[in-house]
Amino acid sequence: MTEPLLDVQDLQVSFATEDGLVRAVDGVSFTLERGEVLAIVGESGSGKSVTVMTLMGLTRSPNARFAGSARLHGGDLITASEQELERVRGREIAMIFQDPISSLNPVQRIGNQIAEQILAHEKVSKAEALDRAADLMGRVGIPRAQDRLRAYPHEFSGGMRQRVMIAMALSLSPGVLIADEPTTALDVTIQAQILKEIRQLSLESDSGVIFVTHDLGVVADIADRVLVMYAGQLVEQGTLDEIFYDPQHPYTWGLMGSVTRVDRDPPKRLPAIPGQPPSLLRVPAGCHFGPRCPHAFDRCHEVPPLEPRVPGSPDHLDRCWLDLADKRTRREVGGRIGLAQGDVIK
Amino acid sequence: MTEDSPVQGAQADAGANGQTPLLQAEHVQLYFPIKYGVLVDRTVGVVHAVDDVSLSLPEGQTLGIVGESGCGKSTLARCMVRLLEPTGGTLRFRGRDITHLNRGPLQPFRREVQLVFQDPSSSLNPRKRVGQIVASPMRLQGMERDAARERVRELLDRVGLNPEHVNRFPHEFSGGQRQRIGVARALAVNPKLIVLDEPVSALDVSVQAQVINLLDDLQDDLGLSYVFIAHDLSVVRHVSDQIAVMYLGKLMELSPAAELYTKPIHPYTQALLAAIPIPDPQENRARERQVIAGEPPNPINPPPGCRFHTRCAWATDVCREVEPPLAEYPGGHLAACHHPRNVSAAEISAATRSPLSPLSSGELMPGGEQAPTSGTGESQVTARTGGIAEAPHEEP
Repeated sequence: MTEPLLDVQDLQVSFATEDGLVRAVDGVSFTLERGEVLAIVGESGSGKSVTVMTLMGLTRSPNARFAGSARLHGGDLITASEQELERVRGREIAMIFQDPISSLNPVQRIGNQIAEQILAHEKVSKAEALDRAADLMGRVGIPRAQDRLRAYPHEFSGGMRQRVMIAMALSLSPGVLIADEPTTALDVTIQAQILKEIRQLSLESDSGVIFVTHDLGVVADIADRVLVMYAGQLVEQGTLDEIFYDPQHPYTWGLMGSVTRVDRDPPKRLPAIPGQPPSLLRVPAGCHFGPRCPHAFDRCHEVPPLEPRVPGSPDHLDRCWLDLADKRTRREVGGRIGLAQGDVIK
Repeated sequence: MTEDSPVQGAQADAGANGQTPLLQAEHVQLYFPIKYGVLVDRTVGVVHAVDDVSLSLPEGQTLGIVGESGCGKSTLARCMVRLLEPTGGTLRFRGRDITHLNRGPLQPFRREVQLVFQDPSSSLNPRKRVGQIVASPMRLQGMERDAARERVRELLDRVGLNPEHVNRFPHEFSGGQRQRIGVARALAVNPKLIVLDEPVSALDVSVQAQVINLLDDLQDDLGLSYVFIAHDLSVVRHVSDQIAVMYLGKLMELSPAAELYTKPIHPYTQALLAAIPIPDPQENRARERQVIAGEPPNPINPPPGCRFHTRCAWATDVCREVEPPLAEYPGGHLAACHHPRNVSAAEISAATRSPLSPLSSGELMPGGEQAPTSGTGESQVTARTGGIAEAPHEEP
């Protein structure tokens, strides 16, 4: 196998606050290959956004502490200087944010905003950059792109604005495209259009996509591999089918169990995961999910679990002390996968 | 019951043994004027936010309202609680006309109808303690301070929060807990009807389930009626008895909850369902999905005829000209479409024009134009093979 496009090893991000050290990302390792869509799922506060923002160098601040490495084309994104980052950002790694209206400048024309990035990185004329901007807008499905170059963001609908963001991210054909909940603010019909577009563009350009989301439906639609994060840690990673049909970590079971489906009769009560995620100021000593896990035993509360491999699937990792054979029976809840039998919440 | 109400006939079955529905909307219309001018405001146009929608909600039931953003579902909800005054039509609460009541006469109604908002962090005053927030509706209705304090503790316990936390501020709670505070505030005055405007959209899935289960329990224990607004069809399915699908201010389909998913009649409902990714990779891959192109047209200048025709794969000439009435199919399933899906020829011929139909809709029932001009059938075929209809209506 060739070298991965992006190789993140033992990434740690913490922030010093008045209340103490917040361990936002705690030892995350993964790789991204060319042409692959890697989904990161988890609840809010699980560290998924901090992970990808760190890769873009957007979490750097005087109170932030970093450890680990993220290698991209021989360089390390974590230790890179601001200057090096400026060269890499946009050209080799680019990002699409959740909320397009707050990521676009309201007083600048759309065309100029897309062209700005091209002009910053390449020696081309303004007219040429604008031509390329129109071309990009056409590629992401914005009709009458040439006329729309002079439009302002408020003249665009939510879906069109997100398309502008995608055009901007793609303007320099980056190898790595990060999408942080790009469709969460959009309607399902528009979401379906955007997902199709991202999928197609990643295939065409052979770039790797990191897709952050909390929606398992979207994951099933777009991902090749999945990382599941909880309280700053990677609790499980595997291929799409491994995560959906053979999940190993109880937190993943809980996520799968609490999903509502349009194509099935709803259960009488929706299974929920009891309790709240821990404060990242005071994470539990053992397994971070331990306090909410109905399957936890003494060892879970004392020793943080390592990352054992699932036998027979070399890329399927999970962070749980439960016996592998035992899991198969434990995750069966009324014929489907779930965290626990019955109604576990108040 | 009031005499000249067109809504009652159609919904008599849902109203169960002839009871007056709790809330009725009859041809409710809300147009927002667009003002323009320096010294004198001239009205240069109107936004057709809600355009002739008729619905009714029997006591103890849940009505789900779904649709894309801008379809008028939140505006309709705000009309229902009379935060907005409809520009046309009639709103009845327990049979009493509340459409144009003023502040004073509305007071008793306000006690019975409460609203829970989408974003719990912006709908709770960040400078007030939870105790004050939950007590304020009771204080406004004239309850003594001490009695209110006692009731606040009860309410917090009821929604699964620790009553000891009355002196905390909203920011000290997580998103799910904040939404529980919003629910506790709504419950404070013992309402009969709670309008929930996207109550779980801002929450994580695992927490969504917690809040929905709470709402379920409250409905069972307190006999509440809900209007549940959402853009997420899978959540609505779980909570609703009936579901209304809206598009550009119009009612497209009104169906018993389960049937909407197994037998969507309106092409728009079908498109909405098809757009939702299923959290099961294999089924997702196997599924034939038709992504509808384009975006909803501008509600300032909505298209004539059926409002969905610009994006509909089955649209024909009649759709561009005649607004379809709401046809009532067996089982109390209503849909406003000239080319209904998932219904047999027998069902189409048995369909009747529902009294809920918009006043502007035509008399033509589906199947009525089976012997159309030669062009109609042809364009239908091309539309189908083409898969996706182009949307000529661009935003200006």
